[in-house]
Amino acid sequence: MSAPVATSVDRARRHPTGRMPLGRDPVEAAADVALVTRAHRRPLRRVRLVVGMLFVVTVAVVLARVLLGEYTVTLVDFVRILRGETLETAPGASFIVMEAKLPRALIGALAGGAFGAAGAMFQTTLRNPLASPDIIGISLGASAAAVVALTFFDAQGFVVPLAALAGAMAVSVVMYLVARGTSLAGQRMVLVGIGVAALLASVIQLVMTRTSIQDAQAALVWLTGSLNRATWPLIGLLALGIVVLVPALALNARRMRLAELGDELSTTLGSPASGARLGLLIAVALSAFATAATGPISFVAFLAGPISRRLTGGRPSLWAAALVGAVIVVAADYLGDYLIPDVNLPVGVVTGALGAPLMLAVVIAAGRHGKA
Amino acid sequence: MTSRQAPDAAVKPPLGERGQSPPAALRTYGLSLAYDGRTVVDTLDLEVQRGAVTAIVGPNGCGKSTVLRGLSRMLRPVSGRVLLSDPVSGSADACGEPRPLRDIWSMRPKEFARRVALLPQTPPVPEGITVVDLVGRGRHPHHSLVRRWSEADDEAIAAAMRSTDTTGLAERHVDELSGGQRQRVWIALTLAQDTDVILLDEPTTYLDVAHQIDVLDLLVDLNRRRGTTIVMVLHDLNLAARYADQVVALRGGRLLAQGPPADVVDEAFVRSVFGLESRVVIDPVAGTPLVIPASRDQLIGPAS
Repeated sequence: MSAPVATSVDRARRHPTGRMPLGRDPVEAAADVALVTRAHRRPLRRVRLVVGMLFVVTVAVVLARVLLGEYTVTLVDFVRILRGETLETAPGASFIVMEAKLPRALIGALAGGAFGAAGAMFQTTLRNPLASPDIIGISLGASAAAVVALTFFDAQGFVVPLAALAGAMAVSVVMYLVARGTSLAGQRMVLVGIGVAALLASVIQLVMTRTSIQDAQAALVWLTGSLNRATWPLIGLLALGIVVLVPALALNARRMRLAELGDELSTTLGSPASGARLGLLIAVALSAFATAATGPISFVAFLAGPISRRLTGGRPSLWAAALVGAVIVVAADYLGDYLIPDVNLPVGVVTGALGAPLMLAVVIAAGRHGKA
Repeated sequence: MTSRQAPDAAVKPPLGERGQSPPAALRTYGLSLAYDGRTVVDTLDLEVQRGAVTAIVGPNGCGKSTVLRGLSRMLRPVSGRVLLSDPVSGSADACGEPRPLRDIWSMRPKEFARRVALLPQTPPVPEGITVVDLVGRGRHPHHSLVRRWSEADDEAIAAAMRSTDTTGLAERHVDELSGGQRQRVWIALTLAQDTDVILLDEPTTYLDVAHQIDVLDLLVDLNRRRGTTIVMVLHDLNLAARYADQVVALRGGRLLAQGPPADVVDEAFVRSVFGLESRVVIDPVAGTPLVIPASRDQLIGPAS
């Protein structure tokens, strides 16, 4: 704070009854600082508390997914299996846990977390609750590439997720080029995204009508998004993406919170819109990895942000959104497995069925605030 | 003072008796700004005096806000330069040493943000944000990857909220505030940025007359107490004349006049800037020029 500088501009005291408190009593000033510190910390404490609780819930849901169900495993047995011991009483348990239940729960949690964080980044940066990677065509880019790979190229195993990754990245490059130099807040990016999504949807339709029924079925299974394909190499790919991208995303979280103030104010605060766009690109890459691993799981990216924001009392938090996404996917997968006896619903069907009404609720709530 | 003479001689010559002109905080040389190739500001030479309140006035579409965008690094000039002088203590320039001037585009974004703040006209309010959180975002330029939140930030926020009388609102949600309170909170954010130059784009828009006066009193007060250089776009010529030390008049992207309101604002000035017939009298409250516009059909009566 600079000391008052006398200006050489002559200045008659034109406002003798200045309304502002001019005096600065040191005691009062100290009280103000204490008040500000308290007021500033309170929401941060709440965010930390919420993130901590969500973490516990996530671990609990993952454990429930692994231990419960048609084939239950005790926690003690689970720990023994993890340590590589074979259970004398149930020699098959190790295989079921390590090759089916655990990978499924892990890939659900990782992909859900990636979707959640990416969605929250989009919605906050673009200041639009409708902007999320699955709505603006990123997921459809992955889907179209995967479907083409599955049907025209008979792709097997690891080629499909890699094709999906490439597809999502290609769409994000298009979006980036279109949105470059425009206002972040503008509806342009969202509108272009919806257009790209429609185009890609028709590409998928075309492929589906031209291919054999077997290929079409395989493609359709991919398109609904499921955790059935969970394998350790796939988890490795997803984990690699997350390990690289999540710290990069976390570094951009402050920029994201500035972008909320609009392009102009964030620029004058030293964070030009180009920086926020970088954060979006990282979010896109993150959701591309998740989509490559599980297929598009509808509504997770879209809903995790608003739900986590409700929990944190309004403050956007990428960690909270990621954990909410993880809980949603693992819990939805669990529901899909056991909700209807003898029917194994893919996780994408469950999130779609439950997510649509929730989406309407979000839109209505946003409309009330005049944001949508 | 670089008053450019308007063609119809609306401007009075700069006052010689003022002695050496005060140093400029911001200065433009031949600044031209354009949107998509359409020139809005044309070769503008402008000098913003350090420690003064400058009001930019002019008709709609004259490039007022665009000049502010040019001064705040929001819009890259097509040609010309914008220079920012370093705030050196008053004695340094008594030696006649030229203050170091730097092109604002040669500075890093955060470095510039620690020197010049801009309050846009109606920034969007983030959902569910509290007042203290919003004001705290003004501290962004003072942070880096290694320098995070510190006590100095809390102190800066407390001081900013105190000067804007918003301390009592600290934990309120910004979307629940009235227009006047909200504008104070935005100004508090700008103050928390702790710059020596503050630019404001129509800070009184959407406010009733009492809150307009309130906001302008607050800004002049800050200017006096902290020596903050203030540049604001104002559409109300009378408020500009009352509160500004310097009035800058633009028309069609060009500088028409610049100077203290008492010297610059008269009937010929209003005619040349706004194309409006008027009477200019002395404001009985502030002693500054008061413009009373005439409607098209009204004749201007003799001076009383």
